[in-house]
Amino acid sequence: MRAEKNEMELKFDAISENEAFARIAVAAFVTHLNPTMEELADIKTAVSEAVTNSIIHGYENWQKDALPRGLSGEKSSEVPLIWIKCRLERNILHIIVEDKGMGIADIEKAMEPLYTTKPEMGRSGMGFSFMEAFMDDVEVESVVGEGTIVRMTKKIGLDSWIADGE
Amino acid sequence: MTGSDFCVIDNCLMIRMPEEIDHHGASIISENADRYLMREDVNHVVFDFERTRFMDSSGIGIIMGRYRKISCFGGRVYAIHADKQIRRIFSVSGLNQVMEVLEV
Ligand SMILES: Nc1ncnc2c1ncn2[C@@H]1O[C@H](COP(=O)(O)OP(=O)(O)OP(=O)(O)O)[C@@H](O)[C@H]1O
Ligand SMILES: [Mg+2]
Repeated sequence: MRAEKNEMELKFDAISENEAFARIAVAAFVTHLNPTMEELADIKTAVSEAVTNSIIHGYENWQKDALPRGLSGEKSSEVPLIWIKCRLERNILHIIVEDKGMGIADIEKAMEPLYTTKPEMGRSGMGFSFMEAFMDDVEVESVVGEGTIVRMTKKIGLDSWIADGE
Repeated sequence: MTGSDFCVIDNCLMIRMPEEIDHHGASIISENADRYLMREDVNHVVFDFERTRFMDSSGIGIIMGRYRKISCFGGRVYAIHADKQIRRIFSVSGLNQVMEVLEV
């Protein structure tokens, strides 16, 4: 029998090594629902986008500061954190990716395709577009100087999808 | 984890993309590719996705960035062995308009 509700939380250092960890952990959390390969790939891409954004945009000031401090011989500042919360309600997956970084001043503009504040870093401005294309719903909440919360929802699992139609 | 490989065939730079393409490994691929693109005998880039099982917007950044460097000299970018998910990512990003996805 399938549980009505299932939850998990992750808290990890905002470093690029953890991008793969985060998307694989979320994918693993939903495997018991028998998601299709396509659904798994969609979830992984969306999680990767949100987590990468927290690292390169949310905590960009930390990355700038960290180097000189380390070089001057002092103990470098603590690595900032990213939180992921997942909740399964039957076959609906809710994902929250949260950082306490610099925040987004104009969310509407940030979500436009091809809009990026980091073209020099080789970014394409497609992250939010992929989250929106591959998930059923994406909502962004952000306060400048406090942080950003990305909420995503996706219905998954072919067998439960068929069961729904009955 | 397997990295990317580079080789030059005729006037094309062939890049064998890694298993996972994300922000973590993206800049090293771009930097290595750009070193080859400085050579006068390299005009076009072919991205080979045969080994690739995951890609996010970092892959789009790599391709767009290389395209910008070579397109002003008439260079073109191509993709081969792209699976269904990678093709979906190409179409959402609009990259299909500047890059040919070849069937091989
Ligand atoms: N967590 C965040 N904190 C602060 N700013 C953010 C955050 N996420 C996104 N942004 C802002 O929104 C813009 C658009 O984000 P999006 O992911 O769509 O593109 P990108 O990250 O710039 O490029 P890509 O994702 O294609 O590599 C970013 O350039 C950045 O300015
Ligand atoms: Mg992004």
